[in-house]
Amino acid sequence: MAPNPQGDAFPLTRHSVVAAAQGRDPQERVRAMDAITEAYWRPVYKYVRLRWRLEREDAEDFTQDFFSRLLEKDFLASYDPVKGKLRTFLRTCIDRLFLNQTRDAHRQKRGNAAVHVSLDFEEAEHELAASTQSGSPEDYFEKEWVRTLFALAVERLRAQCRSAGKTVQFALFERYDLGDTETRPSYAALAEEFSLAVTDVTNYLAFARREFRRCVLDQLREMTGSEEEFNREAQTLLGVDPK
Amino acid sequence: MKFLPDQVVARLQTEMQTPDLSGTRYRALKFLGRGGMGAVWLVEDAVLHRNVALKVLSAESSSADLAVRLMLEAIILARLEHPGIVPVHDAGTLPDGRSFYCMKYVEGQTLDQYIHRLGLRQRLQLIQRIAEPLAFAHSRGIIHRDLKPENIMVGAFGEVLIMDWGLAKVMAVSSVAAPARQVSGHGSTRAVQDSAQSGALAAENPTAHGTVFGTPGYMAPEQERGDVNLIDQRTDVFGLGSILQYIMRDKSGAPRGEALSRPLRAIGNKATAAEISARYSSVQELAADLGKYLDDMPVSAYRENLFERTVRLVNRNRVAVVLVLAYLLMRMLFILFSRK
Repeated sequence: MAPNPQGDAFPLTRHSVVAAAQGRDPQERVRAMDAITEAYWRPVYKYVRLRWRLEREDAEDFTQDFFSRLLEKDFLASYDPVKGKLRTFLRTCIDRLFLNQTRDAHRQKRGNAAVHVSLDFEEAEHELAASTQSGSPEDYFEKEWVRTLFALAVERLRAQCRSAGKTVQFALFERYDLGDTETRPSYAALAEEFSLAVTDVTNYLAFARREFRRCVLDQLREMTGSEEEFNREAQTLLGVDPK
Repeated sequence: MKFLPDQVVARLQTEMQTPDLSGTRYRALKFLGRGGMGAVWLVEDAVLHRNVALKVLSAESSSADLAVRLMLEAIILARLEHPGIVPVHDAGTLPDGRSFYCMKYVEGQTLDQYIHRLGLRQRLQLIQRIAEPLAFAHSRGIIHRDLKPENIMVGAFGEVLIMDWGLAKVMAVSSVAAPARQVSGHGSTRAVQDSAQSGALAAENPTAHGTVFGTPGYMAPEQERGDVNLIDQRTDVFGLGSILQYIMRDKSGAPRGEALSRPLRAIGNKATAAEISARYSSVQELAADLGKYLDDMPVSAYRENLFERTVRLVNRNRVAVVLVLAYLLMRMLFILFSRK
């Protein structure tokens, strides 16, 4: 999958890519599927590695195959946002596909899938090793989904800040909010580093966080099939009590 | 795409939740809790140098339903000026687009935390005190619809406050939009209604038939069924009755050693009757029956037999009964000894 020059922002901003993926326009469908693949391939890959204990190469093939089938076989046509979350639907599809393939015992060579998306499995393997894996594979899938959602929102924010000439705001956000806790600089240190007043650091960070929040919600809106699902997901996503 | 470690994801999630107070008079101090619509934060009002509570929506809703409901809650609170209802100071939209309102910060405990230290009598008196602000709200045409122990606060000075009016229903005809003129008569106070203005507020607070609002376990049957048209002050009688049942059931804390009498159980049953018409017609009526029970008077919810009435009268006039019995005993002894 080619990197999106718009900072991974799907052009159908504030519209559901799920609806686009279920639509009739083949071009729109392919673009929508690209966005869905980008948001979900990491959770899918890591999930099958943990849930079905697939070897790395098998997990790579399975992930490729899964997203190819999603487009070719029109899996999403049977998804109804009223009945549940998209990622629960996808997880069910993953499990079903895996069990079907195991049952049939004559899996086609998945590497020959007609649609071959380019995914960085090497990076995903490193991420898998770096993240803590507590709880069930299903919980891990949810956690990975949140991680991907935030990561996509960060890229979206980066692109927006770049085009709006607010690169300092993003740089501050990256240094302060995306950095390691141990090496996190103080506002005063950031002010010195960026030659700003401390109040400017405060204001710039407030701006970046506000925009990041908007990016997350925009990303979420794209990744959900209905307004009800979006509201439900937003509540779930923001429903963790801050410590 | 940059990989975000677990600690960064957790931090961002917290950031997402923290209200954006930049450029406002408030400064976030502490997360207090979460309600149905949003989160409540302890914030400092930098202008008045005092701590207040800020209720903020969890997320923007493009349909704006939640924002409208939160604002309605603020308006309802602003109109219900009563010592038992938390006062609202401010309302609006934060820089991040989330609606909020600011209210008094109540330091205290919720009812479920507070009652452990109380005996049955004090618990029943607490129910009577909850009925006061509730009756006031009803007189203004407001039905709370979500009464439960978690929504009752007992403040640092022992004051009882009803919280979370987010599910409140504004009756079509009420005096909520304008301060009611109080008219006293026949020992009761009734509010003169201003239907024209209240109708406007009620129109902004519609609840579609079939919509279920409330908390399972404390919801009246008509709420569970989504019979919106049947909801009136007796729905809150059921809610208050459910709290009464809760405090009677709760065995935690200091041992009460008091068995629940039949009249008390009958009061609880009448308040939580499935049939609306079988309930008390108002929370005042329920509170009055509890008052009679506490004063060893006959209650409307229970028809006692001759034995029970005798026992109650004896209990109620214990001193007089003891004096009479002592007198009779002395009299008998005097007669016995005088015959010898």
